[in-house]
Amino acid sequence: MAYSNKVIDHYENPRNVGSLDAAASDVGTALVGAPACGDVMKLQIKVGKNGVIEDAKFKTFGCGSAIASSSLATEWIKGMTVDQAMSVRNTQIVEELSLPPVKIHCSVLAEDAIKGAIADYRKKQEHRTESAA
Amino acid sequence: MTIKLPIYMDYHATTPVDERVLEAMLPYFRENFGNAASRSHAFGWSAEEAVEKGREEVAKLIGAVGKEIVWTSGATESDNLAIKGVAEFYKDRGSHIITAVTEHKAVLDTCKRLEKQGCVVTYLPVDSDGRVNPQTVADALTDKTILVSIMLANNEIGTVNPVDEIGALVKARGAFFHIDAVQGVGKIPFDVNRSHADLVSLSAHKMYGPKGIGALYVRRKPRVRITPIIDGGGHERGMRSGTLNVPGIVGFAKAAELCRLEMADESSRVLALRERLRKGIEARVPNTVVNGSLEHRLPGNLNISFAFVEGEAMMMALKDVAVSSGSACTSASLEPSYVLRALGVAEEMAHTSIRFGLGRFTTEAEVDYVIDLVADKVKRLREMSPLWELAQSGVDLKSIQWGAH
Repeated sequence: MAYSNKVIDHYENPRNVGSLDAAASDVGTALVGAPACGDVMKLQIKVGKNGVIEDAKFKTFGCGSAIASSSLATEWIKGMTVDQAMSVRNTQIVEELSLPPVKIHCSVLAEDAIKGAIADYRKKQEHRTESAA
Repeated sequence: MTIKLPIYMDYHATTPVDERVLEAMLPYFRENFGNAASRSHAFGWSAEEAVEKGREEVAKLIGAVGKEIVWTSGATESDNLAIKGVAEFYKDRGSHIITAVTEHKAVLDTCKRLEKQGCVVTYLPVDSDGRVNPQTVADALTDKTILVSIMLANNEIGTVNPVDEIGALVKARGAFFHIDAVQGVGKIPFDVNRSHADLVSLSAHKMYGPKGIGALYVRRKPRVRITPIIDGGGHERGMRSGTLNVPGIVGFAKAAELCRLEMADESSRVLALRERLRKGIEARVPNTVVNGSLEHRLPGNLNISFAFVEGEAMMMALKDVAVSSGSACTSASLEPSYVLRALGVAEEMAHTSIRFGLGRFTTEAEVDYVIDLVADKVKRLREMSPLWELAQSGVDLKSIQWGAH
């Protein structure tokens, strides 16, 4: 299968590989996919007080398109507000990376990872508000 | 020593044509271009002579005689002809066929078609090495069994089946025995009489011959009959119509001759390279698992899973090395290798498998280059793998509630 140049670029020079402190209250973590399916993405966001995503990190077990999708996702959401990041769609990832139909699930997983990380972050914030009150 | 890239390590998929094979073929494209079925002139006679000489040469490699060789377009056609041919010709005698779950799709899909036409097919399981246990064949044989089809060696994991034992059991029950011998012949000793084979599928391009030419061995004593699947001019004693691919046959014959003469030396050389690759990788990379049997294995095959590293990503990293993977992502189906699943390899490990196929032109320098590259790339991809991170921090991956497909 031939990969698009953008997939190859993200695969060979992945942006934002790494981990953030999952226990920190300003960090949201998502772990999506399953080893048995051949794709697992971990995506983390660190959110500033103004609701802007200051940092994003990922680690991915999966094919080149899965790695590229998660790399691109972290690149995009850095600097976005949490609300803006919620509106990132997998179809935008498909378009940007020119993913073929059999690789669309990679982009779906990346969208799920963004939403999952935000949900985790928001849950932590609610807990904090509750315990403060 | 400089290495020429890319490096070819996919000898199960196909092999390059040996220079000596190509040299033998060329005159049959040029001056000796005749149709082997032309009986009225010298062009036809020289083509026919080459075809008959080729039959003898290919037969010799498997302990057969020339008259038992039927030329086909390749192993897929040979498998189809053997299985459909026997099922049709002997349909009054029975309609039960036995095969194994790890067979090539050319066998499995042929059996599936026959099931739709009323045949009953038993798909035998394999053990954790990927071998068919002869006892399971004995247990599955019934009075209605007309054909047993078991491969000599598996194309993914290189596992060699005990075909001699299986053949004896099949013969004792009076069924026919078909062997898809494509991956084994020319690499390991094989004999149609020792294995009690009635039908054997062969392909030239897996043994340094050209693509587009194969053969089906059809036993003459006692005679095995098959109904043709291609009708026409009645070539190949009516079993396979169609103008013969004379240059292909000449190339196949030369390739078979070279295998017969050089197999012993070549196999020990290739085995040493395979072991160098295996030990080199195992010494440098933790958490690897060899899939299949080390004892009953083709000399040139190494199928290995690199835990926590997905196979297609690995192949992308090894872009200067031609290999293949049992990962789902290499197929349109998104399911990992059915062969590895049949061995009981967990899906997550099947997704991480890489098949290295070594052969006649593989060098020690290439093997060493690949060991270094693999060690380097696995390390890089594991640093990027959330599963590796979890495992390193002591998390049991099975304890995590994973999402659905």
